[in-house]
Amino acid sequence: MRRFLALPLALLAAPALAQTPELVVYTYDSFDTEWGPGPIVEAAFEAECGCDLRFVAAGDGAALLSRLQLEGPSTEADVILGLDTALTAAAADTGLFAPHGLSPEMDLLPVAWDDPLFVPFDWGYFAFVADAGTEAPATFRELADSDLSIVIEDPRSSTPGLGLLLWVEAAYGDEAGAIWEGLADNIVTVTPGWTEAYNLFLEGEADAVLSYTTSPSYHVIAEEDDGKVAWTFDEGHYMQIEVAGIVAGTDQPDLARDFLAFMTTDAAQSAIPTTNWMFPVATPSDGLPEGFAEPLPADAALLLPPQEAQAVRDPALETWRTALSR
Amino acid sequence: MAHRAQPLRLPGPPRVPGAVAAALVAGLVLGPLAAVALRAGGGFAPGPADWAALRFTVTQAAVSAGLSVLLAVPVARALARRRFPGRAALVTLLGAPFLLPVIVAVLGLLAVFGRGGILNSALGLAGVDPVSIYGFRGVVLAHVFFNLPLATRLILQGWLAIPAERFRLAASLNAPVGRLLEAPMLRAVVPGTLLLIFLLCLTSFAVALTLGGGPRATTVELAIYQALRFDFAPGRAAALALVQVALCLAGTLLALKIALPSAFGGGLDRRVQRWDARGPLWRAVDAGVIGAAALFLLAPLAMVVARGAPGLADLPPSIWAAALRSLAVALVSAALTVALALALALRGGRLATVAGTLPLAVSALVLGTGLFLIVRPVVSPLDVALPVTVLVNALMSVPFATAALVPAVASAEAAHGRLATSLGLTGWPRLRLVLLPRLRRPLGFAAGLAAALSMGDLGVIALFAGERQETLPLAMYRLMGAYRMEAAAGAGLLLLALTLALFWIFDRGGRVGADA
Repeated sequence: MRRFLALPLALLAAPALAQTPELVVYTYDSFDTEWGPGPIVEAAFEAECGCDLRFVAAGDGAALLSRLQLEGPSTEADVILGLDTALTAAAADTGLFAPHGLSPEMDLLPVAWDDPLFVPFDWGYFAFVADAGTEAPATFRELADSDLSIVIEDPRSSTPGLGLLLWVEAAYGDEAGAIWEGLADNIVTVTPGWTEAYNLFLEGEADAVLSYTTSPSYHVIAEEDDGKVAWTFDEGHYMQIEVAGIVAGTDQPDLARDFLAFMTTDAAQSAIPTTNWMFPVATPSDGLPEGFAEPLPADAALLLPPQEAQAVRDPALETWRTALSR
Repeated sequence: MAHRAQPLRLPGPPRVPGAVAAALVAGLVLGPLAAVALRAGGGFAPGPADWAALRFTVTQAAVSAGLSVLLAVPVARALARRRFPGRAALVTLLGAPFLLPVIVAVLGLLAVFGRGGILNSALGLAGVDPVSIYGFRGVVLAHVFFNLPLATRLILQGWLAIPAERFRLAASLNAPVGRLLEAPMLRAVVPGTLLLIFLLCLTSFAVALTLGGGPRATTVELAIYQALRFDFAPGRAAALALVQVALCLAGTLLALKIALPSAFGGGLDRRVQRWDARGPLWRAVDAGVIGAAALFLLAPLAMVVARGAPGLADLPPSIWAAALRSLAVALVSAALTVALALALALRGGRLATVAGTLPLAVSALVLGTGLFLIVRPVVSPLDVALPVTVLVNALMSVPFATAALVPAVASAEAAHGRLATSLGLTGWPRLRLVLLPRLRRPLGFAAGLAAALSMGDLGVIALFAGERQETLPLAMYRLMGAYRMEAAAGAGLLLLALTLALFWIFDRGGRVGADA
């Protein structure tokens, strides 16, 4: 019955829709949930663009890129939002992205940014998250020498897992294999994704889990629980910068550029901390919310340039696999 | 006018729909695989890591299947020959682990067997060193937890299909029930059950990875995931998926060779009474077996309930819409599964078995990606997210429904086929009057299983679903992805309750008036 009703309604609505341009943004699942940044961003952008912003959720960051590759140039997407710096080189190689031509103000981002294809909208540091009472190692070596147990994500199926792989690589280079061998007896298990790992940690299966320095902020702000901490490592912390890019084949290039610019304005940035639980790239007008993690000093930021991150991935994976298969 | 000699062909139940169903199932499995292969990109040369993954995958699947069936035989035997209050409820509850979404079941399992679980706490109190669940044994333990219920149910169906008259005859002759009745039944039922579970474990992804402890426990399914998600090498993913299909075909043919159809003849559908195993020792053994199985399977479920109950209050309103959507998907896909499986079972033979097993062999990610590629040029994948989910969920349940229906159709035909033929009953009247009444129990079971599996399965919805079209499992995963573990545990409990209710209603419906 609804089908029959829907058709005439759609016909009635069609002329009205034709006047409102539509911007289709592919993003990862958790961005467009009722508690994610999606609804806030949508309402605020639609209020100023005179357009219809439509989010399409497609798994995680890696799923997002593979979805775009599956669809190729005929994709419906105008903007891809939520790739991270471990994926941007591969994303640029597809040739499916167009330069944005923007140079937004990003005072909170600890690294210089001049990528012509992608604009950052939030970022975070990978870190091990543990209970406050647990003794905190200060380096990967201390962690490896301790009896502490950790649960990590698989770099072959999850972006945080890949982040940890690049972290050890950026911090130790040729010694990465030895670090992994040292960590082997600390690793309780390697899960397919962040969800499984974080659940296992909360269930008490491990002393710590690979997550973000901002994870404890969720427990503080949403649950009023200050019992979780992120370990700070002397080697520095690998960064995940989440970016958005304009799809080259878009029929709404101006709108797409406006949206990318909008993502770095206060309206979007102030929503990021307590909806996406990441750092905004620009300081919100009211500052970071109370109880939210402070960014580490800028010299703690580790990040391989996108091309290098892509190049070291396969050899680093092989090192990881060999060291942990012993 | 002389007619040409016709080949002698005994009229039986309708066979054409079976051929159509087989073609449909095979097309739905192999079509998407071909679509992924044709999308090309990334060649395939298996490296040492692939061989290691294949070895691990096959080994764990074989051990898991063997152990599940080995343990299921005494449980099914005990359930078949004992009557006690609450038996029906127990049989339904024991099926639950198989129906749960992986992450819910794994968390329940960890609450019992994990580092901080009940078992290790008890061992700690007794001064014994903790046991680790992670590694090969964890993978096998989880797979047995998931599949013991399925094995038990399928083997129990076999036991219940032995006509009451045979037990009566055996008792009056003082003949050994085990050798004359039970062994041939097992010979008919066990190979198919083994195969089914082997194939289920073959494409296992999250269980093997979460409990495997590290890259030693790498499965072929993970390699497929990596190829599609991170390397964007559809060619490689398709090649690996073909390896899975080849293993499936080899396994199916082997199972067909080993299985011998049982030949108990017909019965009068009397209530089964048992005169064997009446001694106190046997009673104690059966009580022990049922108790141990119930403890193993129900303790983790109790933990799911305990973890989920506080979260029920925090469920976001959207969860109810997701639950309704899931229910609708489950009901439609159950109807589709039963239609397909019934058609296949009526057709019978090798074709039905192979087509009925094929969906198990193919990686869900490859299937979803292939369907995505096929659908997309025609219609926006977002618009067909739910229909595609219905179709894939129905397809994925066909093997279980077929496994329940094929032996039932075969034994009904063996018992009443000749009489029906001599009365000129063919086609639909034969189905309606002779077969369906005899298939009520397996049909109810198949429908319940299909509905419940569809309810709990993440399937392909994650690949297709766009704005707020989420099903209950997807909504649960998204809650977890947003740190809302407590609400997610509540959603998991809701999912468990709805899944069990669906299964129970259908399964019960199939048993109305039957004593089982």
